[in-house]
Amino acid sequence: MTPPVFPRKNPVLRTQRMNLPPMGRGRVAHGLTRAAAVGDHLELQVCEECGAVQYPPRDACGTCLSPELDWRKQSPCGELLSVATLHHSNHLYFRERLPWRIGVVRLDTGPTVIAFLTESVVPPRAAGGAERTRVQVLLRLDRAGQAVLVAQPIEELNMNLKDKLQMETGCSPRGRKILVTDGKTAVGQAIVHALLDAGADTVWVGFSEPWKRGEEIARLRDVPGVEAVALDLTDARSVAALGGELGGKVDIVVSNAEVHRTESISSRPGTDSARAEMEVNYFGLLRLAQAFGPALKGRAADGPGHAVAWVNLLSVFALSNLPSQGTFSASKAAAWSLSQGLRAEMLPHGIRVLNVFPGPIDDEWNQNVPPPKLSAGALAGAMVRALTDGVEDLYPGEVAQEWFARWKDNHKALERELVAGGL
Amino acid sequence: MTSGSLLQALAQALQTRTIRVIDLTQTLSPDFPTISLPPELGQAWPFRIEEISHYDERGPGQYWNNFSCSEHTGTHLDAPAHWISGRHLPHNTVDTLDVQQLLAPACVIDCSAAAAKDPDYLLSVEDILAFESKHGRIPAGAWLLMRTDWSKRSDAVAYQNFDETGQHTPGPGTDAVRFLVEERDVLGFGSEVIGTDAGQGYHLKPPYPCHSLMHGAGKLGLQCLTNLDLLPPTGALILTPPLKILKGSGSPLRVLALVETQR
Repeated sequence: MTPPVFPRKNPVLRTQRMNLPPMGRGRVAHGLTRAAAVGDHLELQVCEECGAVQYPPRDACGTCLSPELDWRKQSPCGELLSVATLHHSNHLYFRERLPWRIGVVRLDTGPTVIAFLTESVVPPRAAGGAERTRVQVLLRLDRAGQAVLVAQPIEELNMNLKDKLQMETGCSPRGRKILVTDGKTAVGQAIVHALLDAGADTVWVGFSEPWKRGEEIARLRDVPGVEAVALDLTDARSVAALGGELGGKVDIVVSNAEVHRTESISSRPGTDSARAEMEVNYFGLLRLAQAFGPALKGRAADGPGHAVAWVNLLSVFALSNLPSQGTFSASKAAAWSLSQGLRAEMLPHGIRVLNVFPGPIDDEWNQNVPPPKLSAGALAGAMVRALTDGVEDLYPGEVAQEWFARWKDNHKALERELVAGGL
Repeated sequence: MTSGSLLQALAQALQTRTIRVIDLTQTLSPDFPTISLPPELGQAWPFRIEEISHYDERGPGQYWNNFSCSEHTGTHLDAPAHWISGRHLPHNTVDTLDVQQLLAPACVIDCSAAAAKDPDYLLSVEDILAFESKHGRIPAGAWLLMRTDWSKRSDAVAYQNFDETGQHTPGPGTDAVRFLVEERDVLGFGSEVIGTDAGQGYHLKPPYPCHSLMHGAGKLGLQCLTNLDLLPPTGALILTPPLKILKGSGSPLRVLALVETQR
């Protein structure tokens, strides 16, 4: 047996509470939040008049005072000019995490930014000389869900999972104890395997109605690190019972259970299948949040293996209703809205809520949907990467990416395009 | 005999326990399975229960729950209107059933040994005739209850007993159903499994013969019964009043048996 990644908790000591990093940001600074929520690509304002790249975010160009500033993706590359290491801070968050390294980086596009430095960044020996230290500057979300700049060596592909900044801005499954609410679907099984491959300590995997499709949960039973647990999100007592049993142990909740039917308003009389979708996709999430939310919030600073994240499997059809799957889309829109409420409750405690908005998944209910369809493995892989990077909104696969772009560009156009049918 | 003495005797027998009351009902629980159909079809809701309040901020002085389920969840009665063959019959829904028949004698045929060997066991006419040669003719208006001890399968997976060809649970064969309807004029058929028909009943002719023929003849169905092993082969009276649901096709119900104790 491999030793656990994180040391066992001393149960006689007080469970540490979360002290968050600084929360205050002006509205314009949330341009960084918007970019950081979907990935670590650097976005900064660019002046439409003179072309100057701006930092920090502002209302008028620092060079020509034009108010015409547009957020655009930027090259992350730059040169590290100086390094400072904090050994003292009156801010509780930093005080508990000292020493803290900060550097000044001159981006190749012009502005000079202040960024947190990973442990792998070597200080510059002679600024501007032959031995320049090249870094890449990433946008990440901190424990308060606010965008921060993190500099890492330019040749480093991924941040070291043990790096303090990775731990403070990402939610890697490594060493974590995780609940996956439905192990009976191909997506659920792929998520379980992806989490284990990423170093998860334990994956509790829920199953309902054990008399149906029992072989699918049996397949997971013998996988090391996996424990099958009875969980039916339509049954309040079942959810509450599991919450009581595991609530204080789960570090990441993956809410992937869903009912997916392919009905429009007029394709089926009555509300039974729509209700079944809502019962799991919306009310199930609500029951789960009530059962597991409080303990998760209370353990956000519970030692190095603290609780970190909540993942929701939503759908890109939550953004705009796909009429041929109208009731499913509506249930996912309801879940999306609730997930924002969940985020508002989790964020002040330092727990990340990751929403995943896939396009059509290659499953039995999308049998009649033409490709491209997202495979369960691709979805699970993207979800684990997004967790590791600390992303908040994931649009995995080309269909989801395209939908998100169309929706952002003109949501009314997308609505009209969907009237004509197709995706 | 003075007027009312029959009931007085019954009351006394109940008090002295010379007549015992046996509960033939499964507990309504969220874990109890419902009949499983292909997922694109309409589904019977399982039993679900959520608190209204529990002496808390939602109601400091009260404990009470909301619950939901289908008409065919848990131990339940099927009215003739449940099946298309019974759709035009008079008084075919639970609110209009003749209440006189809701307390009726029951004959219990023990198929537990056969069902233990063969989960797809079908009750035959020969089984019925063999029963009658020992216990006498099944009276008109009586329930025919098929004891299989299936209710002792407390694990829902074993109770449902699915494989890739569907469910494997015992029930009546087509000829037995026809015999009970046409030759014996029973009140209905009762079973311990999830439906009155066998798990593979879809493949019989007609499909689901117990539903099709019984309800077509205005007969009733009882399913998810338990404790049938506590009943004598004949002589028990069973009480089966469904909820009075407007145009209800069936109803969960408490099934009670009155049994004379041997002295």
